[in-house]
Amino acid sequence: MPVKRVQSMLDVSGINAFYGQAQILDDVSFSVQAGEVVALLGRNGAGKSTTMKTMMGMVKSTAGDVTFMGSSIKNLPSHTICQKGLGYVPEERRIFTELTVMENLEVGKQDERDGAPLWTPEKLFELFPNLGEMKNRPGGQMSGGEQQMLSIARTLMGNPSAILLDEPSEGIAPVIVEQMAFTISALKKEGLAVLLSEQNLHFAKLVSDRAVIVEKGSVRYQGTIRELEEHPEIRDAYLAV
Amino acid sequence: MGFYLAQFLTGLASASSLFLVASGLSIIFGVTRIVNFAHGSFFMLGAYLAYTFVELMPHGILGFWGSVIAASLAVGLIGVLLEITLFRRIYKAPELFQLVATFGVVLVIQDLALWIWGAEDLFGPRAPGLEGAVRILGEPIPQYDLALIVLGPAVLLGVWLLFNKTRWGTLVRAATQDREMVSALGVNQSRLFTSVFFVGSTLAGLGGAVQLPREAASLLMDLNVIGEAFVVVVIGGMGSVPGAFLASVLIGELNAFGILVFPEITLVLAFLVMAVVLIVRPWGLLGRPDAVLRGASGPPEEPLRLFTPLSRNLILGLVGLLIVAPFIADEFTVVLLTDILIFTLFAVSLHFIMGPGGLVSFGHAAYFGLGAYGAALMVKYLGIGMISGLVVAPVVAGIGALIFGWFCVRLSGVYLAMLTLAAAQITWSIAFQWQDVTGGDDGILGIWPAEWASDKMTYYYLTLLLVFGGIYFIRRVVYAPFGFALRAGRDSALRVEAIGINLKTQQWMAFVLAGVFAGIAGGLYVYSKGSIFPDELAISRSVDGLVMVLLGGIQSLLGPIIGALSFTLLEDLVTRLDYWRIIFGGVILFIVVIAPEGLAGFARKLLPDRLTGKTEEEARS
Ligand SMILES: Nc1ncnc2c1ncn2[C@@H]1O[C@H](COP(=O)(O)OP(=O)(O)OP(=O)(O)O)[C@@H](O)[C@H]1O
Ligand SMILES: [Mg+2]
Repeated sequence: MPVKRVQSMLDVSGINAFYGQAQILDDVSFSVQAGEVVALLGRNGAGKSTTMKTMMGMVKSTAGDVTFMGSSIKNLPSHTICQKGLGYVPEERRIFTELTVMENLEVGKQDERDGAPLWTPEKLFELFPNLGEMKNRPGGQMSGGEQQMLSIARTLMGNPSAILLDEPSEGIAPVIVEQMAFTISALKKEGLAVLLSEQNLHFAKLVSDRAVIVEKGSVRYQGTIRELEEHPEIRDAYLAV
Repeated sequence: MGFYLAQFLTGLASASSLFLVASGLSIIFGVTRIVNFAHGSFFMLGAYLAYTFVELMPHGILGFWGSVIAASLAVGLIGVLLEITLFRRIYKAPELFQLVATFGVVLVIQDLALWIWGAEDLFGPRAPGLEGAVRILGEPIPQYDLALIVLGPAVLLGVWLLFNKTRWGTLVRAATQDREMVSALGVNQSRLFTSVFFVGSTLAGLGGAVQLPREAASLLMDLNVIGEAFVVVVIGGMGSVPGAFLASVLIGELNAFGILVFPEITLVLAFLVMAVVLIVRPWGLLGRPDAVLRGASGPPEEPLRLFTPLSRNLILGLVGLLIVAPFIADEFTVVLLTDILIFTLFAVSLHFIMGPGGLVSFGHAAYFGLGAYGAALMVKYLGIGMISGLVVAPVVAGIGALIFGWFCVRLSGVYLAMLTLAAAQITWSIAFQWQDVTGGDDGILGIWPAEWASDKMTYYYLTLLLVFGGIYFIRRVVYAPFGFALRAGRDSALRVEAIGINLKTQQWMAFVLAGVFAGIAGGLYVYSKGSIFPDELAISRSVDGLVMVLLGGIQSLLGPIIGALSFTLLEDLVTRLDYWRIIFGGVILFIVVIAPEGLAGFARKLLPDRLTGKTEEEARS
């Protein structure tokens, strides 16, 4: 039995997930503390996105538990999970293309939450100056990088205490990746817990405290980023180079 | 000049009421992806409730408009009630289920309306203060028409503001694109959907209520308006309110002027325009392409099952029973069995195009009716004999399927379903309106079998032979390379195209084949009844076919046979009752909600494996 630690912000213990008959996740466990950035690493199809979707209640788990700030959120409806303060930035951004930047932010807006930073469009435009210059542009007419920022900003409008970021660096220009790293550090400073799914090891190293590696739906390695750097054989075994 | 202007204004006035209904339908579809037949019932209820409120409230301007508003809101609440109790359960179901379920609601509401308001048409009051007419260029234009002409754009403006200037509208537009994401951002989908249903049904109710001074409230309003509303929504683009407005004006004017040029085929015109728009812009004038892709989804089908020795023996036993039936049953039963056989072939042909073919057809009655009318017209005008008639029937139906199918296989999902429905409505309106040739509502009478086949027993055997032959043939086709290619194409169009199969042509041929067999059923039908009426081509006949397929379950080839049998028996039993629609609708709703895998699938769960057969994969391993 694992030793019960001080309560974490986010605790995933022994969850599984199926698409139809196919088992995608098997006994996945890890946790994220407040103010901590954890990288969820793994190759294409390893099960990173599915882990996040299961945490958000979009895919149902028949085993284990997911707790968030001390209470179970497993298999709750997504909107309830979000209202409790867990934000989700999906892969491929999923911007509302017909809606303007301001309207996209409006969809994400939630009431102020005790103990979590309060975000307004003005405050977000300080973090993402580009967005401030295109307030009325439809989401469909923005570049990939701009859409990625909008997707994060939209989720922050819900004033989350923890945030799941699914491959934020995917398919965007290196300068923007740098800006993204800056953003994540800023969120960490605000005290948010961040779970970051990545294939880009370089980027993950820049911003994360710890790493969780999944392969074929199971956790294969957990440790600090420093430990991971000291053991290149782990990286070679589970990650694309 | 004045005359044309008057005609133009009449067109605009009818466009307004049509717009109210269609915009509600479009809003509901945009967010929930439900193709709601019951929307026409909301329209009808709006008119009836307005009638009742006008009676209750003090007369006068306030009383009239107060009643109109009260009626719309009441209809909105009815929509909410239905959403919470029923529609919510079927958001993830395949289109077939949704459509049939909403049609169940249509039946239930029809009988409730009959029970509450009676069968007589109810003439509403004129709108106080707007009873007269104004002369414009010498032509009298009813004041109320002018009021409607203003109302349409006013509602458009109101809906536009609601959608673009409120948080609610922003959420609805976001949900139209990606409802899962909206949910992950903390928005309660259920509540959003319920509110969307409220707005949509209120608009339908308003459309019906304002129609009251122009048109008596009647029990036919629901299905009459829904066909046109579908056309408007499809032309305008599913989910687009401005599109619905544009299309309403187009259809309103088309009707107003079409009646001057082709009084016989005004109904056809609307559907023709729709077919053309769908071919040129498959997602409608102001719609978005994504609706096409997202409409077509459903759970994957189970593989086809092979017969086990035991089920084969059971079927042989059934066949034997059908062969000796006339010797042990009375004449009444033989006639009923003939009906059952005919509808079995009809259902099997529909199942073929929907199951293995993967094309959802909401208008299969067209080919049944084309077969029946084809034979009947030849008998009436050329005096051909029964055998020739039975040959003509599938030929005419096949030609119809060849023409409509060419358009239909170019679309998919909801749009395909709507186009098949439109095709059926075209044939229906020709049969209904072209009185000189088809006899219109009076139908064609006196189509009797040849001398040698005129006794019920012989005709029964003739039917048995053709129906068995047809089913056997279809089963062979399903298990032939053609059938495999068809099912492969249904499951992955891209891969099938990649190995060099022209999927569209395959589907087109399948569509024609399904039409041909429906045509044989139609031919058999007309000779067994001795007459044919436009009803055999109407929406409800198409839905009958869908219910049969659904009853039996879409996954198995035996399904449609079981479905047609239970449907015809149930219909025979129930239609003798006064309020049969409510029972029938109730049964439909019960099946959709409780046994969505159909009777065959439901039975399979209860029966042991050796009876139900293995899937192909299981058999191979
Ligand atoms: N909707 C689905 N239906 C069936 N299988 C799915 C579905 N979504 C994902 N899978 C499968 O589940 C497995 C895990 O997918 P997942 O998207 O979680 O991987 P991932 O680690 O996020 O990969 P990537 O880095 O490519 O995004 C893969 O094998 C994938 O094929
Ligand atoms: Mg992924």
